[in-house]
Amino acid sequence: MSKTTIVPFGPQHPVLPEPIHLDLELDDERVVQALPSIGYVHRGLELLAERHNFIEMAQVAERICGICSFIHSQGYCQGIEQLLGLKVPPRAAYLRTMWAEMSRIQSHLLWLGLSADAFGFESLFQHSWRIREMLVDMIEETTGGRVIFGTCKVGGIRKDVDAETLQRIGGKIREMESAFNEISHIFSIDRTVKQRTVGIGVLTAEDAHALGAVGPVLRASGHARDLRQLGYAAYGELDWEPIVETAGDCYARCIVRLREISQSIDLIKQCIDRMPSGEIEVTFKGKRPQGETMIRLEQPRGEVCYYMCANGGKNLERFRVRTPTFANIAPLVHMLKGCELADVPVILLTIDPCVSCNER
Amino acid sequence: MSWFSISALVTRSALNRPATRLYPIEKRTPYPKTRGHIAFKITDCTFCTLCAVKCPTGAIVVGKTDNTWAIDHGRCILCGNCVESCRESCISLRQQSWHSMQEQEVIRYR
Repeated sequence: MSKTTIVPFGPQHPVLPEPIHLDLELDDERVVQALPSIGYVHRGLELLAERHNFIEMAQVAERICGICSFIHSQGYCQGIEQLLGLKVPPRAAYLRTMWAEMSRIQSHLLWLGLSADAFGFESLFQHSWRIREMLVDMIEETTGGRVIFGTCKVGGIRKDVDAETLQRIGGKIREMESAFNEISHIFSIDRTVKQRTVGIGVLTAEDAHALGAVGPVLRASGHARDLRQLGYAAYGELDWEPIVETAGDCYARCIVRLREISQSIDLIKQCIDRMPSGEIEVTFKGKRPQGETMIRLEQPRGEVCYYMCANGGKNLERFRVRTPTFANIAPLVHMLKGCELADVPVILLTIDPCVSCNER
Repeated sequence: MSWFSISALVTRSALNRPATRLYPIEKRTPYPKTRGHIAFKITDCTFCTLCAVKCPTGAIVVGKTDNTWAIDHGRCILCGNCVESCRESCISLRQQSWHSMQEQEVIRYR
């Protein structure tokens, strides 16, 4: 029987933008077992919800994560609206959908750049981020912020977007689409990308289901499950289908994200074309949330769940967030078993870990 | 499968203008909606403290007795709650970002 060695991976590692630690048990160069440990950037945001006014908390919820910032505040606001029995006006729902899709595109482009960097393709990394910059500018033009949108509030949205700006965004998104198609083509056919991703970190459909994988990791293993199918915000009125790949390897996860960017561009175009006019918020003066609710949304990384419990006071009694990265850690540990040490960064990145988001 | 699929794109990028700016020589123009910094006009202020109550980070401190208004730009998260809550329209959001700070800067108005 050969002797195994334990190699620490992280919390500080060139491929990791955020701290997560893995103890890799190696037999020569092959991983026998991986033990993850988290908790380096815990901020206690759930406890903060119990001390902050439920209206102000939307801004704190947005700061759970810097990448899916808007979707966190959207999820929080949807939960409170459910507790208060409010129905968001259609224009607010469409604008929320548009911003959520912008958030998804910028997250996926960020991931494409990081993954290109992880397998040593620097120029592809730079070009992916150049396209992302175009989108971040669009976010700033419509919301006023580049990372923190700050536009979602309980009962609707805070700032309207005029028709002229929407038309301009429509033109810019088409420009971005043609630039993205070029990058997408390179990711799909390039030999360097394929050599580092095809057949690496395979997660079968059965394992993905059993281990509770979510988001692109689940869809790359052949499950057509996307929380947007629930039809929250304006998704029920838009034409789209979940993106599914069947191979379950790192390449399939990359392709799912590439196809999701194209789909999100299409969803933004649909939102702009079908944008209803009217109010952007409903008032609820004097009302306080009461009861408990569970809200599920599709983030760029997968399913996020919010549990909220309120007792009629100005603060929530309990706020709980289950982020997609937490759900994807179990499939990650499974995928790492039997892989080469050199493939660990690529496999780790394909779950798109967002550690700060995970630790709240 | 191709080894050099990115070569056309890289060549084009090398011949074109750089995508980045020569900051700080060349500064970017902010968008009309950009949240840069909070500006305050003390002349119309009634010191009602509503802005301080609505501030989620406690960046604004209002002295009701000595008629002072102070903002800590290091704590301000530019949420715009104070702008929305001000009844006298003393507070406004400006597009230019606040300069980088090396230490805590509290701007006091009296």
